[in-house]
Amino acid sequence: MAIQDYLRQRYFPHMWCPGCGHGTILNSLLRAIEELEIEKNDLVITSGIGCSARISGYVDFHSLHTMHGRALPCATGVKLSRPHLNVIVPMGDGDALAIGGNHFIHAARRNIDITAIVMNNRIYGMTGGQFSPLSGPGVNATTAPYKTIDNSFDTVKLAIAAGASFVARSTAYHAQESTDILKKAIQHKGFSVVEILSQCPTHYGRKNKEGDAASMLEFHKKNTARIGSKALEKNPDLTPRGIFVDVDTPEYCAEYEKIIAVASKEKM
Amino acid sequence: MARQKLKEIVIDRSWCKGCGICVHFCPTKVLEIDANEKSVAVRPEDCICCKMCELRCPDLAITVLIDQGEDNEK
Ligand SMILES: Cc1ncc(C[n+]2csc(CCOP(=O)(O)OP(=O)(O)O)c2C)c(N)n1
Ligand code: SF4
Ligand code: SF4
Ligand code: SF4
Ligand SMILES: [Mg+2]
Repeated sequence: MAIQDYLRQRYFPHMWCPGCGHGTILNSLLRAIEELEIEKNDLVITSGIGCSARISGYVDFHSLHTMHGRALPCATGVKLSRPHLNVIVPMGDGDALAIGGNHFIHAARRNIDITAIVMNNRIYGMTGGQFSPLSGPGVNATTAPYKTIDNSFDTVKLAIAAGASFVARSTAYHAQESTDILKKAIQHKGFSVVEILSQCPTHYGRKNKEGDAASMLEFHKKNTARIGSKALEKNPDLTPRGIFVDVDTPEYCAEYEKIIAVASKEKM
Repeated sequence: MARQKLKEIVIDRSWCKGCGICVHFCPTKVLEIDANEKSVAVRPEDCICCKMCELRCPDLAITVLIDQGEDNEK
């Protein structure tokens, strides 16, 4: 199938700005789904609110476009009631880790079989460029005219500490790598977190003088390195990419099935 | 494996927003942005079929069609 056959083409061209990294992440995700040959009917995309969250409207799968920060609890409901479905939750950095931070850590703690994608452009794109918990210090934002002083979360470390059983990072520049990682994340039984660094040329790029979309992608290329690579060994300040954790731990829906079995027996 | 042969670079002009990502990263400088701010393949003969333009396009506007001739089987 062509990648475009997975889209609700009536909504195209999409509303994302020219050069928005979120479009590339959609591109990489669709290729992962195509390569895994997942049936459209076996897949639910649940999102919150944000430019990133628009993704659920563009894909021709089951989709829920819910509330800002609340995509994971909605997805948890879907997954618990229909455990055989694949549930993927693309989120913005604000969506996932500001307003939705509490839901994020608890979904990870339960290890429910959901694939969470953090589309990290380090800014609130949709609302005009406020800083987020992933901006980090020294960033210009509408809410930080003299630059941010807040430290940022490390999405990967946070997800690991909270109990996610698959944790990875890539970037919009590394599109093929993103697809490969997403395939593994979707196949993994448990809570998978994939952080993909994205770019918002309209707000982040302009305020931080990072140039156009292509030069922002050059940053992804220059400032990251694969775990285990010589480049990372030589320069530990680079942001590491790759799969950090991939372990089998008890999955929430499977454990819940067992409780249902025990409770049903007692009733008889 | 024989070198892959290009059939056509298809660019959907109504979806392309002229961001220039495909142009910037094409290893053999096949693509350019035209006067209407859309990407066009000006040197298709130089294309090495790496598909990086297709994979990175944020607007899903590019498809690189490869000739499936006999000596191009993988
Ligand atoms: C409960 C609630 N609070 C605030 C908002 C306003 N709001 C909409 S999107 C957004 C942040 C978007 O940033 P992010 O999640 O990083 O997504 P991006 O647009 O950058 O992809 C905010 C604060 C809202 N819609 N609902
Ligand atoms: S505002 Fe930023 S995040 Fe939103 S569509 Fe435009 S470039 Fe993308
Ligand atoms: S990457 Fe896509 S949207 Fe951007 S100029 Fe090339 S074809 Fe157009
Ligand atoms: S397939 Fe590769 S070589 Fe051909 S136009 Fe695209 S980026 Fe350039
Ligand atoms: Mg954001």
